[in-house]
Amino acid sequence: MDKKQKYTMIRLIAGAVLFISAYLIPAAGWLRLLMFLVPYAVMGGDILYNAVRNVFKGQLLDENFLMSAATVGAFYIGEYPEAVAVMLFYQIGELFQSYAVGKSRRSIADLMDIRPDYANIEKDGKLIKTDPEQILIGDVIVVKPGEKIPLDGTVQEGAASIDTSALTGESLPRKVSSGDEVISGCVNMNGLIKVVVNRTFGESTVTKILDLVENSAANKAKPEYFITKFSRWYTPAAVAGALLLAVIPPLLFRGSPGEWIRRALIFLVISCPCALVISIPLTFFGGIGSASKRGILVKGANYLEALSDSEIVVFDKTGTLTKGVFYVTAVHPEKISEAMLLELAATAESYSDHPISVSLAAAYKKDIDRTRVSETEEIPGHGIRAVIDGKTVHVGSSRLMDIIGSKWNPCSHQGSIVHVAVDGEYAGHIVISDEIKDDSAQTIKELKKLRILKTVMLTGDRKAVGKDVAKTLDIDENYCELLPQDKVKHIEMLMAKKSGKGKLVFVGDGINDAPVLARADIGIAMGALGSGSAIEAADIVLMDDKPSKIPVAIKISRRTKKIAVQNIVLALGVKFIALLLGALGIANLWEAVFADVGVSVLAVLNSTRALKQTE
Amino acid sequence: MKKTFELENLHCANCALNMENAIRKIDGVQNASINFITRRMTVKITDAVSFEAVIKKVAAAIKRIDGCAVLELEGVYYG
Repeated sequence: MDKKQKYTMIRLIAGAVLFISAYLIPAAGWLRLLMFLVPYAVMGGDILYNAVRNVFKGQLLDENFLMSAATVGAFYIGEYPEAVAVMLFYQIGELFQSYAVGKSRRSIADLMDIRPDYANIEKDGKLIKTDPEQILIGDVIVVKPGEKIPLDGTVQEGAASIDTSALTGESLPRKVSSGDEVISGCVNMNGLIKVVVNRTFGESTVTKILDLVENSAANKAKPEYFITKFSRWYTPAAVAGALLLAVIPPLLFRGSPGEWIRRALIFLVISCPCALVISIPLTFFGGIGSASKRGILVKGANYLEALSDSEIVVFDKTGTLTKGVFYVTAVHPEKISEAMLLELAATAESYSDHPISVSLAAAYKKDIDRTRVSETEEIPGHGIRAVIDGKTVHVGSSRLMDIIGSKWNPCSHQGSIVHVAVDGEYAGHIVISDEIKDDSAQTIKELKKLRILKTVMLTGDRKAVGKDVAKTLDIDENYCELLPQDKVKHIEMLMAKKSGKGKLVFVGDGINDAPVLARADIGIAMGALGSGSAIEAADIVLMDDKPSKIPVAIKISRRTKKIAVQNIVLALGVKFIALLLGALGIANLWEAVFADVGVSVLAVLNSTRALKQTE
Repeated sequence: MKKTFELENLHCANCALNMENAIRKIDGVQNASINFITRRMTVKITDAVSFEAVIKKVAAAIKRIDGCAVLELEGVYYG
């Protein structure tokens, strides 16, 4: 609790004690009024003051005015205890709200506590703490154990484990050493590292993330717009209702005006839409906060809400469902040993830096003795001819084998097949493929459990490879051999198929798929650690490259929306019931203020659940 | 031009909504949004008008709705 809240609490306790004693001590007439006016002034003095001041500024119908009118009216008709009680409960409700909002605000601030305060620059053998904004590209900064990495850069010297959990939600530390890229906002856990800065502070990951989360409130969700519109007519309508109730029935029925004024006051007490106005944005902000804690950055409440209606989820293949790194997955020799086949292929390809050559070298593991290669020639589009230890070795596609007249064997494995022939005689083949990510299959399974109608995969890769990946992962539809512009066309075709309310989600790695990310209802880019462009292109950004974050995001969005709807139904329902019972003369002021404050407290408590989503 | 301000002493969510509506009506303001939870206000201002003049009007609108709230930008207080 802050100072102001503590002060309010002391005032309320004092006021409550005075109120109870006024209630218990028998008194009549002026003395009784005075005994109730004292606690009223203690607890509601500020409200009255603000109400009068705001009226002079032309600001009618704010909550100060409504509460003042309701309580002064209650005094006027002689309901002293009710007047004081309305003020007491209203203030308790306000205090609780400000406490709960303050708490949410702090926990969101903690979540976003990744902004670095300084960068260490070495000068004349001394470390000088410098404002990160003044660091230029190419400067060398020193990051000590326990410090945040202030700017993006490359490790020049030293090694350390870095904690990326504040950005990704991933608790496993990452080891970095000389030559590795490091991302601002991560915490250096143990070693001293020197980092060459390669992005200014304004362009660094940490700044982009903070901007994104802080600006997310500007994009409001539909329930927020509903509340904004609703609150604009609700208060005037309730006040108009109160006026009519106080004036018309006494004229018509010639009954006691006091009774109708009492009913009108109930309208005033319930006329503030505060509970809704605070609890809905608080819910969505909590949902966004809860997602960012898991490394899922949402650019606005509207996207978080839209995600709850996902109907079709479209994935890019390479780099999204697969690792985008090629591996040797099988070695099938003929007549020679596996190791021999791999050695020949790796040696023949040793002068190339094609991803396939790199993967062969990686699979071979040992150092390649290039001196054994006396001659090498690239056969464009087909492979390589090399002379190793005096023997002519051909490494490449089945077509290359056909050209040299070597009889090759087909392979049942999926992936790119590299055939090898020695002196024209077939020696076997090696299968190289992109590995499916560990959590891809689980992701698709979870999405189906979440009642996503259709999962789709788009890829520029060969049909055989694409179909195999789709089958392994149990993806409903797949479209292969697509050029980037074909992907946009396919997204449009899929968009036409979904229902009016349903949303299409596209998931890519943010590289080369900006048009597709923009065309989909919700574009999700993954792997923002390392690729700044992904942060700009998408509506939702995954800090790491795990597709399993997508079902998590959908779950958070659905839960957040559910809480928001609960709050709307709860708060509106209680208000309308109270209005109705008040108009009919069934409810009294006590009950009205209890209902109104109670529902505010419940709505605020309920919305804090959005922040504390655990799995 | 887009600027983000801190709003100190902002206490009521409904007031924040009213401020947002009032600020959007000011000439030269393209868009405004107030985040009650982070107490930040983002205002987009047309390039053709004077920044200072518009901000003065914005600060006045805020003061009219909630007398306690104070607008702050990079250490400078308005209103």
